[in-house]
Amino acid sequence: MELNPSPLQQAREIFYDGLWHNNQALVALLGLCPMLAVTNNAINGLGLGVATLIVLVVSNVLVSLIRDYVPREVRIPIFIGIIATAVTIIDMLMAAYVHELHKLLGIFVPLIVTNCVILGRAEAFASKNPVWASALDGLAMGLGFLIVLVVLGGLRELLAQGTLFDQAFLMFGQQARDWTLHLFDGGILLAALPPGAFIGLGLLVAGKNWLELRRQSRLQRIPVETAHEPA
Amino acid sequence: MNRWPMHGAPFLHADTSVAKVMMRVQIASILPLLVHIYYFGWGIAVQWALAMLTGLVVEYAMLHLRGRPVKPFLLDGSAVITVTGLTFCIPPESPWWLIVLGVSFALIFGKHLYGGLGFNPFNPAMLGYAFLLVSFPAYMTQWTLPSEVSGHTLSLTESLLKIFTGKLPDSIMDQVTGATPLDHVKTGLTQGISVPDTLHNARVIWDDIAGHGWIQWNLAFMLGGLYLLWTRTIRWQYPVGFLGALGLMAAVFHAINPDHYAPALFHLLSGGTMLAAFFIITDPVTASTTPLGRFIYAAGIGVLVYVIRTWGGYPDGIAFAVLLMNILVPLIDQYTQPRVKGYRA
Repeated sequence: MELNPSPLQQAREIFYDGLWHNNQALVALLGLCPMLAVTNNAINGLGLGVATLIVLVVSNVLVSLIRDYVPREVRIPIFIGIIATAVTIIDMLMAAYVHELHKLLGIFVPLIVTNCVILGRAEAFASKNPVWASALDGLAMGLGFLIVLVVLGGLRELLAQGTLFDQAFLMFGQQARDWTLHLFDGGILLAALPPGAFIGLGLLVAGKNWLELRRQSRLQRIPVETAHEPA
Repeated sequence: MNRWPMHGAPFLHADTSVAKVMMRVQIASILPLLVHIYYFGWGIAVQWALAMLTGLVVEYAMLHLRGRPVKPFLLDGSAVITVTGLTFCIPPESPWWLIVLGVSFALIFGKHLYGGLGFNPFNPAMLGYAFLLVSFPAYMTQWTLPSEVSGHTLSLTESLLKIFTGKLPDSIMDQVTGATPLDHVKTGLTQGISVPDTLHNARVIWDDIAGHGWIQWNLAFMLGGLYLLWTRTIRWQYPVGFLGALGLMAAVFHAINPDHYAPALFHLLSGGTMLAAFFIITDPVTASTTPLGRFIYAAGIGVLVYVIRTWGGYPDGIAFAVLLMNILVPLIDQYTQPRVKGYRA
């Protein structure tokens, strides 16, 4: 690790952290409540994921902008105020432009305020880093969260109904009515119910850890193999 | 270093192993299996074979994946018990993939993901059953009618046909499956028919007591259970606590309003009562282990079964009751530690 990594290296690190190494859904396990509650299909996951992503970028940028002027003692209420403002704007925009989806997601859009991912990033990253890095961090963390929401939603939708991207028109308008993939009829109802959300998330976390372990054991094998060669 | 002085003989030697216990349970379940075949046809034999095959494959695959020695764990028979318990709970003529999914879920999610035999907090068979009931309610509530009611016993080939293709000749299809007696009482109440009327008039009820075949099946389980008690395979607190609590609840409410609440005997001889009392809740891994704790655990299940049967959304509630009490087992064990001899309570 260099002492002063170049901005490009920093950006790469931020993205690697957000998407994989410190994925807020799979590693930090933050924001479980909305994640488990709305991911009964892929489109719901995508809708909430996009909303969370936008809020995360906006709040990270704002928090980073004012980071030198915020007294340490009252930083949390100030962060929450900023996040709540961003969420209110998103909430109203969604109600105006994707009204049906907004109705389906219901209370979980306003509840983005309480999503620990957002306050967590404001506190852990945006309040200590420059604006450009905070914006990238919001984007990377938001994308990591969004991908997990869509994958978990897709998995549950596939198992429970045998479809993918059902009700895509709620988000993409009438031309998306035939985007739905019908793969088979019937399915395992449990996947759409709360236990299915917990089991599905558990499987995703296990899968991520498994890939990580495999990668590490492969990395460790290389020096061992070279050590056996005569110097 | 003679810290533990040996006193004189005789020593008690508990000659048990997992395989022996499981073998005794298997022996005790032969009689109920025969009774089941006699009243409900060959379906359960087909299901049992399917379930055993699935169980062996899943168990082998999971042990292999987990890097565990396959042979000792495969031969200890613990998976066989899970498989048998689950087979008794599903409708005999349900499609083949139902039991395959149920057994796979029970063994993979109920046992191996927790760390294998001895580490699972929930009864795997009941977990598999709850998974099936929640996921496929339509398939799980249509039970084969006993031959005295439908006037037709499915032959082995007819059962195979139904299980693997889902089809039967239309002429007999409607006659062979129907609601269980517990279901009859429940739906009767929603239609304003009192419990005594249902018990007296429903075709599936035998002699105003409980269901045809179900009585005999429950009694068979009781006999098997008595064998287990006699061989000290299971502890008496489980069946006594469970049947006592269920019977007491039923008797009290029946005394208050006989039109609305079925008598105790109906509850004791219906559904999976005796199966649960002697074979399900006695699972040594997931049940409470202190003497008083066993009693509390079993009685809790009895009360919950009555509550779910009477006021809940499902006709029978054994799986959910067992799973709920499984969660409480660590708490019960914590507060019912027996007093160490010589210490004040």
